[in-house]
Amino acid sequence: MPDETTAPSALPADADAEPIIRCINVTKQFGSQKVLHDLTLNVKRGERLVMLGGSGAGKSTLLNLMAAETRATSGQVIVNGRNICSMSDAELDKHRTTMGVLFQSGALFQSMTLAENVALPIREHTDLVDRTIDTIVKMKLELVGLREHADKKPAEISGGMKKRAGLARALALDPQIIFYDEPSAGLDPVSVTEVDQLMIGLNETLGVTTVVITHEMTSAFRIAHRLVLLDQGKFVAAGSPDEMKNSDDPLVHQFVHGLTAGPLTDRRDDCDYLTDLLNPQR
Amino acid sequence: MIPVTRPISRIGARLIQLITFIGALGLLFRDTFAVTPRMVFVKRGRRLAWSNLWFQLYRVGVKSIGVVGLVTFCIGAILALQIGPILDDYGVASQLPGVIGIAMFRELGPLIGAIVLTGFAGASIAAELGTMAVGEELKALRSHAISPVRFLVVPRVLATIIMTACLATLSNAMGVLGGMFTANITQGMDYGVYLNATFESAKALDFVTGIIKAAVFGMMIGGLACFYGMSVRGGAEGVGNATTKTVVISIVSLIMVDLTFTFVFYTLDL
Repeated sequence: MPDETTAPSALPADADAEPIIRCINVTKQFGSQKVLHDLTLNVKRGERLVMLGGSGAGKSTLLNLMAAETRATSGQVIVNGRNICSMSDAELDKHRTTMGVLFQSGALFQSMTLAENVALPIREHTDLVDRTIDTIVKMKLELVGLREHADKKPAEISGGMKKRAGLARALALDPQIIFYDEPSAGLDPVSVTEVDQLMIGLNETLGVTTVVITHEMTSAFRIAHRLVLLDQGKFVAAGSPDEMKNSDDPLVHQFVHGLTAGPLTDRRDDCDYLTDLLNPQR
Repeated sequence: MIPVTRPISRIGARLIQLITFIGALGLLFRDTFAVTPRMVFVKRGRRLAWSNLWFQLYRVGVKSIGVVGLVTFCIGAILALQIGPILDDYGVASQLPGVIGIAMFRELGPLIGAIVLTGFAGASIAAELGTMAVGEELKALRSHAISPVRFLVVPRVLATIIMTACLATLSNAMGVLGGMFTANITQGMDYGVYLNATFESAKALDFVTGIIKAAVFGMMIGGLACFYGMSVRGGAEGVGNATTKTVVISIVSLIMVDLTFTFVFYTLDL
């Protein structure tokens, strides 16, 4: 595992090859509300990309699009050379087995033990015998340091362990890409570092492309090869951790340094409070 | 909006809501029955589904036996207490076992069993699936390309169908027993005479029509509970709403479907 103080390592050698994920002019609309506006983004194979942005900026929607959870209103999302927006449901199911998702809460099945949780996708998608599945499950749990807790249920373990167990399940089918939806949410600083190290370690040892949403700036700078900042459904900045830290853009500066004064808060204050109070229709 | 058109728009909105609900429920049933054969004929499908089905059969049915048995025993006893004296006044007290038998086999056994099961298993299924929806477990299943309908809905709907039919049989027996004990105590009717009279009046057709009804009731309870459970949005409040809706809509639907069945059977002289 890399030391927590080390700067992010360089991208793997084959990172210049065809991007593993390409979002081309992607727009997503819910009813009349446009959440993503004509976004274009490439994610290189083996890259660790961190997506930043305030609440409602469109990060989760973009992650859901890349993870084939939902379809774009227009544009293309090309993963491994195939446009997932035009796939049939059966093709999408097949495609989903090449990806893993770690949800914010871990999303473990509460009625199952950790081992059963990890075994579930393997039982569903392979014809392996139980003995082989048990071996694979132990290997996956060992990767996240939970082999001794295999027989525990999710209710019996801590929040950080749940995230790691969720990660073991996401790794069950040896995915090429893992999406992390706020992996550090609700964790203490030590657990955050543990999860970060695990993400970096898996990326470096297994070459898994990593796409992360986080609000933890320390975590983001520790993990990322590259960061992108979303605001109101558009990319407003992209760059390496150093480029983002030293950016002169007022919006990036405010977000990265967590300042209360800046364009993000100015925009919020623009709403005329008095008009709002006096308007009975609102 | 112009005040005059407001009621019309409200009625229209309710109508759209109702049609959407029926359509969504219909799609859930379609998907449920479309993927059920995979549980039987495909090796991977069988591997996950059967253990899940056994667990649901236990949770839905076996755990409800005590409550359903007690309730229907009491219903049988109440019927005997209420009808017994009236029949006695007309000098046809010997008809009591037949009246209770037919009422239980055709109507009360399946219906009371299903209503108890709605509160017992339907609410529990809705709350369980609702909690899973809130905890992103349904999303996690989809992300692993595992159909929530096949993994969660099919075992629960099959379990409620099978167990409602089984519990209807138990309800019938317990109702007859409740009537028999009460008739023995209040009218001194012999147990053997009571049972003979019951099976002389209540025919196999009465039993079969009751079981058909029970299976349909089970499908409705399981389907509605899964539908409302999987539709949960918005945390604990959403789970509470889903549970309440499941119980209320299930009971209303059960009685309406029961009325339809009774009307159809009556018309067909079954």
